Amino acid sequence: MDIKKTPKKLNVKEKYRLMTRDLAWEPSYRDEKEIYPYVDYEGIKVHDWSKWEDPFRLTMDAYWKYQAEKERKYYAIIDAHAQNNGHLNVTDARYLTAIKLFLQGISPGEYSAHRGFARVGREFAGVGPQVACQMQSIDEIRHAQTQVHAMSNYNKFYNGFKDFATQRDRIWYTSVPRSFFDDAMSAGPFEFLIAIGFSFEYVLTNLLFVPFMSGAAYNGDMATCTFGFSAQSDEARHMTLGLECIKFMLEQDPDNIPIVQKWIDKWFWRGCRLLTLVAAMMDYMLPKRVMSWREAWNIYGVENGNALFRDLARYGIRPPMHWDDVEKSIDHTSHQIMLGLYQWKFGTAFHSWTPTDSDIEWLKEKYPTTFEKYYLPRWEYAIAQKEAGGEYNNFGLPKLCQTCQLPCLFTEPDDPTQLAHRETEYEGEKYHFCSDGCQHVFEQEPEKYIQAWLPMPALMQAPLKGDLAAWMEWVSLEPTAAGEYANSEDKANFEKWRKQVSTD
Amino acid sequence: MQIDVQTVSIEQKNKAFSHLIKRFGDKKIPSRYQEASYDLQAVENLHYRPTWAPEQELYDPNLSKIRMNDWYDLKDPRQFYYSTYTLNRAKQQETMESNFKTVETLGLIEGMPDPVLAIVQDVLIPLRHVNYAANLNNTLVCGYGYGTVFTQPCVYHAMDNLGIAQYLSRLGLMIGDVEALEAAKQDWMDSDAWQPLRRSLEDLLCVRDPVEVFIKQNFVLDGLLYPLVFQRIVDQNLVEQGGSGISILTQFMTNWYLESVRWMDSVVKTMAAESAENKAVLEEWIDTAANHFTSVLLPVAGLAVAGNAADDLVSDVHDELMKRAKKAGLFK
Ligand SMILES: [Fe+2]
Ligand SMILES: [Fe+2]
Repeated sequence: MDIKKTPKKLNVKEKYRLMTRDLAWEPSYRDEKEIYPYVDYEGIKVHDWSKWEDPFRLTMDAYWKYQAEKERKYYAIIDAHAQNNGHLNVTDARYLTAIKLFLQGISPGEYSAHRGFARVGREFAGVGPQVACQMQSIDEIRHAQTQVHAMSNYNKFYNGFKDFATQRDRIWYTSVPRSFFDDAMSAGPFEFLIAIGFSFEYVLTNLLFVPFMSGAAYNGDMATCTFGFSAQSDEARHMTLGLECIKFMLEQDPDNIPIVQKWIDKWFWRGCRLLTLVAAMMDYMLPKRVMSWREAWNIYGVENGNALFRDLARYGIRPPMHWDDVEKSIDHTSHQIMLGLYQWKFGTAFHSWTPTDSDIEWLKEKYPTTFEKYYLPRWEYAIAQKEAGGEYNNFGLPKLCQTCQLPCLFTEPDDPTQLAHRETEYEGEKYHFCSDGCQHVFEQEPEKYIQAWLPMPALMQAPLKGDLAAWMEWVSLEPTAAGEYANSEDKANFEKWRKQVSTD
Repeated sequence: MQIDVQTVSIEQKNKAFSHLIKRFGDKKIPSRYQEASYDLQAVENLHYRPTWAPEQELYDPNLSKIRMNDWYDLKDPRQFYYSTYTLNRAKQQETMESNFKTVETLGLIEGMPDPVLAIVQDVLIPLRHVNYAANLNNTLVCGYGYGTVFTQPCVYHAMDNLGIAQYLSRLGLMIGDVEALEAAKQDWMDSDAWQPLRRSLEDLLCVRDPVEVFIKQNFVLDGLLYPLVFQRIVDQNLVEQGGSGISILTQFMTNWYLESVRWMDSVVKTMAAESAENKAVLEEWIDTAANHFTSVLLPVAGLAVAGNAADDLVSDVHDELMKRAKKAGLFK
């Protein structure tokens, strides 16, 4: 043994290798297959795990140090926000709809990502991806927790926040994001990484976080925009992980290419359907708007997407299968979703409203070819009903898409006057879909999607048997949390408190 | 618009999130730990079964032989959620950083007697591979365990084990450069003293019951290993032989172990108190694993101390562990 010699200077890469890669060993008492039982069944071939390039080289001591600094700043700001009644700084209480939806739909997704990354951080047979995934797992629980902590103060003053845990599992529209994350988690480790690490974090995350965080900043919500910024450097790591994992799979074996392509097709579509909720948020829920969904899509979807898929073309990967359908839907989806949410507002734990005159002007300008022609008349109808003392509600239950779980309310890609509706028969049962994309996803794995828990049929079955009041109790939806914004307690209270401030 | 809102006093509508009021009442404002931990995991209407094991649920309490009426009873007495966890570790790593600096500037390694360095090389450096197995095992518990208060600290524990492996690697580089790590790995793979432990860990890596993995790795193996290596071999034997510098560089491990024991003991106690069935399962696991790992660690202890003294050391730490188990309500 040669001890007490002066250590050589190691470069960062070599040092990181010793601090992580070198910890693992090749088992000899047990078969690798016993230790990593789930690494083969998806058909992805890996010949050499050591070819994995570490997307970031962060040892634990550095991780603790950087993250603690961010945590300290973050909690200082949200403490101050709570102490100073920062919630009264938001533009008006309509804004709260956006963050209620976030807490009910997206924060649980952060939690799922945490658990999912822990699983793949155990299942991959290489220490490089194991450690990278574990680090993302611990980041994701951070995101879930910082979001809950930021919303905790809003919950003290407004409706629609307090029952998010029950509503995550029971209310109808949260099954859209929940089924998305459940789908990823119930897939194998490689597909999970393509779903969350690549499609969600790399391709789509900018479309979710940039709009939400700048929406928060524009509308005076310091708490939300602080967690957005605080999470940003984590996201940068997650994006590099997503990209590295896809390249790794593609480089390991040419047989992996068609499998990865299939997953990209699926998860791109799944992701875009999920993001229609964000589209509605951007175009309708922010009192002060950042940009339209169309503008966001052009920048973060088209520009980034084109660059990415140009880059991946050298591996034989083509752009996602239903890209054109998504492109054709961009000028329509936010309006369709918001009209849907508005007519089912008796069953949502957030408020909605009809666009004001200035909203209408803005929508006309941002959607010159679609809004006035197809959607304004429907809004005008709703407004007229309201003015006549009625309410624009649709108590008929929407048919949900078996795949994305959104109501079947979208139109044909090439004919905005025709509702799209697809059906597939599987083992004697009929299943409904909102689109070709969702039907295609189903048909690849029908045995998976027939298991989906659909909240609408559940309402019609025992024990609820269609009893709306019983359903509201079961999902913990108090009438004050639902319905038209104009008549809401949130609005009345916010305005009262604001007045108190200005007369004090 | 920035308005001056500090001065308004407005009445609160809700004291807390409903799921926390249901658990803890509305007398006290829930702590950030409670907000960050309770009921975060989805419980019902899970959409699809895992494609890798369709007989399981996506979150499945039945993966373990241990049964809890409410898995959220297994709270962490340290109340770690991400923020408190990272703040704590950041402080500890700062101390470790200055410890490394102290040892370097005072030239403590250079002045250390050869027999001390030989023990560090033979006993401490190979442990980085043990930490790697512990990292994977805790990641499994976090991934497949049930209920956030139980699973959350396991991902922290996994990352801690990685951190410890990295501190041990630095120690190795300090005493003998890359060759020290290579020699230690060689020992881990081939030397007789380490093979029983390596075999046991490869066996444990094949276990899929998350609580069983938790108990055998964290309560039993670590419950023997840390008292043996860090409390006795390092903090007593090496210090007596002029190796105080090593004790400074393993301070993180010593403190971390003491801190973890509070968590382990509380979890074991709560599980044992839940039912006679749980108690029987825990006793079976702990009894066999404790005996097994004690014998496995004997040749490792033998690398640091001779013959009978090694026997005494391991039976000592075995007694200590069984005392902890008794205090947690087992074996009575
Ligand atoms: Fe996240
Ligand atoms: Fe769909």
